[in-house]
Amino acid sequence: MNTALAEPVETKKGGMGGKRPLFEKEVVLPALIESVKKVNPKVQIKNPVMFVVLIGTVVVAYKAIFSPSLFSISVAVWLFLTVLMANFAEAMAEGRGKAQANSLRKMQTDTQARLISADGIETLVVASDLKKGDQVVCEAGDIIPSDGEITEGVASVDESAITGESAPVIRESGGDRSAVTGGTKVLSDRIVVKITAERGHTFLDRMISLVEGAERQKTPNEVALTILLAALTIVFLPVIVVLQPFGIFSGAHVSVVTLVALLVCLIPTTIGALLSSIGIAGMDRLVQKNVLAMSGRAVEAAGDVQTLLLDKTGTITLGNRMASRFVPVASHSELELALAAQMASLADETPEGRSIVVLAKDLFNIREQNMSEEHSFVPFTAQTRMSGLDIGDSKIRKGATEAVKAWVTALGGQVPSELDEVTAAISKSGSTPLAVSIDNEILGVVELKDIVKDGIKERFQMLRSIGIKTIMITGDNPLTAAAIAAEAGVDDYLAEATPEDKLELIRANQAEGKLVAMTGDGTNDAPALAQADVGVAMNSGTVAAKEAGNMVDLDSNPTKLIDVVEIGKQMLITRGALTTFSIANDVAKYFAIIPALFVSEFPGLSALNIMRLHSPDSAVMSAVIFNALIIIALIPLALRGVKFKPSSASQILRRNVMIYGVGGLILPFIGIKVIDLLVSHLGF
Amino acid sequence: MSTAWTIVVLVVALGISWRFIGSYMEAVYERRVNWLRFIERPIYRVCGIDDQVEQGWRRYATSLVVFSGVALGFTYLILRLQGHLGLNPLHQPAVTPALAFNTSVSFVTNTNWQNYSGETTMSFFSQMIALASQMFISASVGIAVAVGLVRGLKRQHSKTIGNFWVDLTRGILYILLPIAFVASIIFVAQGAVDTLSGSIFIHNPLDGFKQLILLGPVASMEAIKELGTNGGGFFNANGAHPFENPTGLTNILSIYLILLIPVGLTYTFGKMVGSIKQGLALLAAMAIFFFSFMAIGLSAEQHTTAAVAKAGITHSASGNMVGKEARFGASSSVLYNVTSTQTSTGSVNSSMDSYTPIGGLTAMGGMMLGEVTPGGVGSGLYTILLFAIVTVFVGGLMVGRTPEYLGKKIQAREVKLAAIGVLIMPITVLVASGIAVSISQGRVGVLNPGPHGFSEILYAFTSQGNNNGSAFAGLSSNTAFYNISGAIVMLIGRFGVILPALALGGALAEKGVVAPSLGTFRTDTILFCGLLVGVILIIGGLTFFPALSLGPLAEQLSHGRLF
Repeated sequence: MNTALAEPVETKKGGMGGKRPLFEKEVVLPALIESVKKVNPKVQIKNPVMFVVLIGTVVVAYKAIFSPSLFSISVAVWLFLTVLMANFAEAMAEGRGKAQANSLRKMQTDTQARLISADGIETLVVASDLKKGDQVVCEAGDIIPSDGEITEGVASVDESAITGESAPVIRESGGDRSAVTGGTKVLSDRIVVKITAERGHTFLDRMISLVEGAERQKTPNEVALTILLAALTIVFLPVIVVLQPFGIFSGAHVSVVTLVALLVCLIPTTIGALLSSIGIAGMDRLVQKNVLAMSGRAVEAAGDVQTLLLDKTGTITLGNRMASRFVPVASHSELELALAAQMASLADETPEGRSIVVLAKDLFNIREQNMSEEHSFVPFTAQTRMSGLDIGDSKIRKGATEAVKAWVTALGGQVPSELDEVTAAISKSGSTPLAVSIDNEILGVVELKDIVKDGIKERFQMLRSIGIKTIMITGDNPLTAAAIAAEAGVDDYLAEATPEDKLELIRANQAEGKLVAMTGDGTNDAPALAQADVGVAMNSGTVAAKEAGNMVDLDSNPTKLIDVVEIGKQMLITRGALTTFSIANDVAKYFAIIPALFVSEFPGLSALNIMRLHSPDSAVMSAVIFNALIIIALIPLALRGVKFKPSSASQILRRNVMIYGVGGLILPFIGIKVIDLLVSHLGF
Repeated sequence: MSTAWTIVVLVVALGISWRFIGSYMEAVYERRVNWLRFIERPIYRVCGIDDQVEQGWRRYATSLVVFSGVALGFTYLILRLQGHLGLNPLHQPAVTPALAFNTSVSFVTNTNWQNYSGETTMSFFSQMIALASQMFISASVGIAVAVGLVRGLKRQHSKTIGNFWVDLTRGILYILLPIAFVASIIFVAQGAVDTLSGSIFIHNPLDGFKQLILLGPVASMEAIKELGTNGGGFFNANGAHPFENPTGLTNILSIYLILLIPVGLTYTFGKMVGSIKQGLALLAAMAIFFFSFMAIGLSAEQHTTAAVAKAGITHSASGNMVGKEARFGASSSVLYNVTSTQTSTGSVNSSMDSYTPIGGLTAMGGMMLGEVTPGGVGSGLYTILLFAIVTVFVGGLMVGRTPEYLGKKIQAREVKLAAIGVLIMPITVLVASGIAVSISQGRVGVLNPGPHGFSEILYAFTSQGNNNGSAFAGLSSNTAFYNISGAIVMLIGRFGVILPALALGGALAEKGVVAPSLGTFRTDTILFCGLLVGVILIIGGLTFFPALSLGPLAEQLSHGRLF
């Protein structure tokens, strides 16, 4: 019943996660400094869009120095500000990650480790000297020096440093809860840990490098988008460059400053400036949810998932069955049955046993009875498959129906005819029947019900609405599985599942072209975790499971998969939405700048000045200023992500096209006009 | 017949033939139609082609490029040697090297840009063997590329996208030749000439009237000129010449033939990928542009130009008749020219140069959007598929999934290829135009100064860069500079899109298909169609808007100022 102990409580606060305000002083100030430092061609060249802006700034600055005018100087300043704002956006996202990384680093203060050699001699070493395969001893109060696997003993461990969950968890050798994380604290008992990761490669190290974004690799979709943005930047270069000869041919004087301004306004600076922050912030949000992704690729894959495999126990249902009903048979009353069942369960410390006591109290107010008579408890064994109480001459038993039937018959009793009917009905509804007898008489059946988690049905409904199919995995027989599946609202189930069945199911889904996600914690889950496109290993699980999966959930809460899917989708949506917005913005900028470029030669073109901007100079300035300010305005959106409301692809698309496409078309017309009204007062 | 009725008849006729020609073409390329097997088989045997062997995209593209190179050399040689090759009743001398280069590139790339007057430059041998045969071949090459790309979308985990030699042969044999044959007979029946005698000399002794009437194998070239969206006329006047386009019926038939294959290919596409609605979505996007341009063009040409108004003619019941054939009138002329410029055909039955600025803009607009409305045979489909992939990428991100088109994931490689294919044309056209206006060799050919002259240059390169071939006129482009720069632009405009399209087909063929779900961005909906229209419009609009504002827009908005 370890499940019960390790069952995490939903937590909102997080050790590493903790939601932080968007603009913290500790983050904003260094970010401002960092944004100036990033004005370095070597840094900028990584972002082709902003690199072009930087070059443009230099060209305009050159013009402004050799033929200074209020206009050229102002354009140079605002172009430079555009570069700074893009840097600031990235520095903000990185800074937030660094703040998290720093708090993680504090946990890495060098602890002493008690290394034991092969012949059992203990020596004190510095934790960072530990090698893979070393065995160390940890006792109450010790900090576990590095990631490892318990080879001996059982202990309660405080993992709040990484999970934020203050309730201690049990970790023991063998089984599925043998992994421990460096930096966590042993609260009781003594364990021997075999080190599985050296300093620099531990869980914590990976987490730090992940949130810092230092070695951040671009995700596949990000790479593809960068290519598209580079293409859109490259195409605007000739578009703008040839305007000079075109203008000369047509007899129009075209100013270089205006051409550069137009170029910067047309290339997708908004998304170009915010692209990397979206990626960093997405990983950050995931860490806030206490999920550790091994790569950004895995997060993106989560957004693509079409099939979700979920273990029944712990994910769909609460870990344990609960007594829900007393069903008497023959002439016995419900009270009689409840009384016997309660007595038989008094010494039963299993959650099922306790739930019978609770139900009896709730229904009939049956409390602890004084058992004056001589009595002894009969514990459950795998052979008898019953437990109970011998009190006086009475033998009260509860257990599997078949076992109780055999017991009663052996004592010379009759099995009531309706018993089979009742038990069959209970099984069919997805519950487990537990027969209760006194001596050679069967009183009735206790229904033990799988309790489906609150709100889980709604979550599955939501998943269905975004096109994700849920499959419940259970060891139950098909009858029970079907009933629970129906109650929980999953789309399908796999009953009497073995690890091989799981693997097979994943392969079958993948062969149909579906991306599959699953959660798991046991060593026997490892092959399936590795096969799944997204494998979320529970932090409480075995090392093998953690290595096979591509994400680790620090809270060991299997429902978390759903959050991961949402974050994956949100990252993509934010990128797509800002790209659309960025491109849609160009239309208004054209209507501001094109008439300004050629209106002196072709006054008729003022018809294109539909915003009625004050002057050619004010029009160009307004477009450039709008272009710079919109980056700042969208930083919160990039860091938080576009709101994701679960609905079908068509609905999501329609909404985002309206907001970011149509909105992106209209907003700059208003924005540029407002800025024009302001700058025209400044003498442009 | 009124314009409205003409359009109704055309729409109904195309609507009916859409599914027939579409499913027939699907059967041809899937090799289920074999009624000409007795001709096909010997062709393979003679050429040493193993028609059972499939090619990967690299082999397919290499075959195509090598073949086109050979065709180019072959055409060039004929034009240079035409004085010695016979079938030359008018004793045309060899075509000059620059012009021969431009012309052979032009016909091999399905452009049919003509820096010459056919009747006074080309021998019949050149017209038939060099030019008309390229009209069949280049058209079939275009369809083959489209089919190769669609196979890539359709197939899974496949290393091959078909066999270029087989696709090329079958396109000519089963599709182009039979339809062109029937259409030629109709043209002849309507009065288009088709003869190997060079000319008739008319001399009326009573009034002393003398006229030399040039003839030639016109009708047979006419059918494939339209059907293969080639556009290269036998005569300089092209579709305005009574021997090419004798009657109102041939005028409609020409428009029908131009649209037949580009429109039908959307059905072929739908059928090949297993959902007609997918093809319908593309067709709808094409139609939105087509009818918008048509409506703008028709309304623009109802008014006279500024020049005519200056001359004191303020109102004309029949619209802007300058440069138009009296037989057709303003509306039918617009119908023909707008169709031709939106299909990469480029044949014209009226002079673009004399259109109103906005009328001229509609012709240019169709080309600037990349010739996808519906575009040329094959090229229209493969180009709009490139746009569709860009659309799917941006739209797909917005629904929170790795974008996919027809179940194929669109990732870095696909985005790169689609972006190259979509953007190479505007870059080429703008750079070439920029060079032309900057150097004296470019400026010298311009007849009109200012925005109109600029429009002439921009139009010339836009037309060649999109393998359209229609000319704005007013630009003396038979110069070494325009011949060679134009040829380069045509080559880039053709192969710069074909190669990425085939590479994309190869990349997609290797991928597996992701199963559709509610979370999939659907590409057979009105929403997708709208997004596709937006992407085409924005890419075309954003890249050409500044240039257009110096050309037709400046002219139009200058309210009667003459350039």
